[in-house]
Amino acid sequence: MAAASDMTVSFLRQTPAARLPTPALRGGVAGWLRASLFSSPFNIALTLLCALLIARAVPPLIRFFLIDANWSGSDREACLPSAGNPDPGACWAFVRVWLSYFVYGFYPIGQRWRVDLFLAALALGVVWLLWLGAPRRGIGAIYFFIVLPVLSLILLAGLPAIGLSFVPTNLWGGILVTIVVATVGMVVSLPLGILLALARRSHLPMVKWLAVAFIEFVRGVPLITVLFMASVMLPLFVPEQLAPDKLVRALIGVAMFASAYMAEVVRGGLNAIPRGQYEAAEALGLSYWRMNALVILPQALRVTLPNIVNTFIGLFKDTTLVFIVGIFDFLRTVEAAHSDPRWASPEIGVTGYAFAALFYFVCCYAMSRYARRVELRLARRGGREHDRERRDG
Amino acid sequence: MADPARDPHTSPPRAALAVEIVGLNKWFGEFHVLRDIDLTVARGERIVICGPSGSGKSTLLRCINHLEDWQGGRIVVDGIELTDDPKQIVAVRRDVGMVFQQFNLFPHLTVLENCTLAPIWVRRMPKRDAEALAMKYLERVKIADQAQKYPARLSGGQQQRVAIARALCMNPNIMLFDEPTSALDPEMVKEVLDTMVALALDGITMLVVSHEMGFARQVADRMIFMDDGQILEINKPKAFFDHPLHERTRLFLQQILR
Repeated sequence: MAAASDMTVSFLRQTPAARLPTPALRGGVAGWLRASLFSSPFNIALTLLCALLIARAVPPLIRFFLIDANWSGSDREACLPSAGNPDPGACWAFVRVWLSYFVYGFYPIGQRWRVDLFLAALALGVVWLLWLGAPRRGIGAIYFFIVLPVLSLILLAGLPAIGLSFVPTNLWGGILVTIVVATVGMVVSLPLGILLALARRSHLPMVKWLAVAFIEFVRGVPLITVLFMASVMLPLFVPEQLAPDKLVRALIGVAMFASAYMAEVVRGGLNAIPRGQYEAAEALGLSYWRMNALVILPQALRVTLPNIVNTFIGLFKDTTLVFIVGIFDFLRTVEAAHSDPRWASPEIGVTGYAFAALFYFVCCYAMSRYARRVELRLARRGGREHDRERRDG
Repeated sequence: MADPARDPHTSPPRAALAVEIVGLNKWFGEFHVLRDIDLTVARGERIVICGPSGSGKSTLLRCINHLEDWQGGRIVVDGIELTDDPKQIVAVRRDVGMVFQQFNLFPHLTVLENCTLAPIWVRRMPKRDAEALAMKYLERVKIADQAQKYPARLSGGQQQRVAIARALCMNPNIMLFDEPTSALDPEMVKEVLDTMVALALDGITMLVVSHEMGFARQVADRMIFMDDGQILEINKPKAFFDHPLHERTRLFLQQILR
């Protein structure tokens, strides 16, 4: 600094420096390609490797599932090698013929409109609840959490008094069962998980120990074990005539399992809330429940939203395990259809599982995208949208 | 003791003393953080507490609305004895506003919602009335134009003024300030202090932990110097700054007033 003053370089800006617009991307598309894909020898090698993989994998898949696939027919003849198609691809005809079984299981054919109505009512509830700009979302919540469960029970199980015949749950199957198990699991596990997480952080030792014991025990055994216990051991404690239905027992098992995981996810979110938020809420005179409902949980759930959706996605796929206690979920119906001798052909297995994979992927990816949008919207409120969107938009 | 005209919006006094602390002792584990504290604060009195870090001044302040527990002694706030009874604690907290060093605004709520939360859910005020009240106090701290923004959009000084408005919305009889300006950039300290001076002139009871000695000279009725968990000196501001009684006070003032 001393040297600077010796050199008499005093400087005074006379006019303000102009505010210039952000310069355009240098080099356009070619520049982007160079910077992103070919910036270093390692990057070039990676790019070439990926291009090679895509070139090797994608065309055969397109050929098998689309170009050489058989789309119509009523038995295996449609999918066997023929003069016109010596190397047949996927047998979509099989899926078309069996589709109603995949959706409804053994649900009586004349009563399937009840399932359709249930699915429509559920779709309405889901859209009403999840569409952030929907009108009257309060009523939507009442509809989803109170009206819909009652309506679904009456529709699906039946209520002879109003002319809906009784349909025992061992006739339910397919996508219907998968949706029922997943929805009940999600809707029960979030509130129960929140309560368990709060209990685990409680200052009351008994409450805390009970929550810890439940979470650690349920989380420490495989879902199959929980399902077996719910299915086999529950009737041992409850009199025969009071023992709940087989599907209900599986639902209880899945809900317990999901709640234990959800509790830990929510606890992670609660841990991220600074002490000062609790103190500010307490200093304003908010009670424990109001403080959690109005100040802590809205922030904690927002922090942990990706983890909640992750748990939901895991739960959705775990529903396939209910087959172990003899329930015909979607995947089980696909497997059962394979064993039909009228459709015995080499491509049936791949086609069935590809269809199942497509169904699970579409559902899980939809959950993932929805969560991403909610995250961005919440981030925008916090005034951090720029770095969030730039980082992983 | 000053007894200026009371703000008509605060609830009527229920006791002669705002705060009465008798023989307060508190430990953090093995550490004796508050040692035998006796202090009475009259209604409308403005008290500034200073002292080196770790002297227990913030802890003392946080005991007054039971954010901290203690092991010995008693505290009576506005005629309500603070016990472990949650009802008493909530009764005191409704009556005592607090402003924190780190503002602690609720980031998921707008400025207006931050201010209306407690009036609606604790005082059971209709939403419209709560919003009118909030706007009144936001105007008073000169930030009404930001009411619909989220706290993250505001500067530190603006956030702290919102925090003051949020506390005032509960119409407290007593305000606690825990180092309200120490987390602020220097150019924002004045706007917060100006707000606090205006508040002091309205006659609300104030206990302020702060090292802003200019502010203390201007508004304090009494100065308290704490060190090592004890109150070493209580004095009128003029005497406190010009002729401190305790040697440690003199050394401390020398260090911060350089």
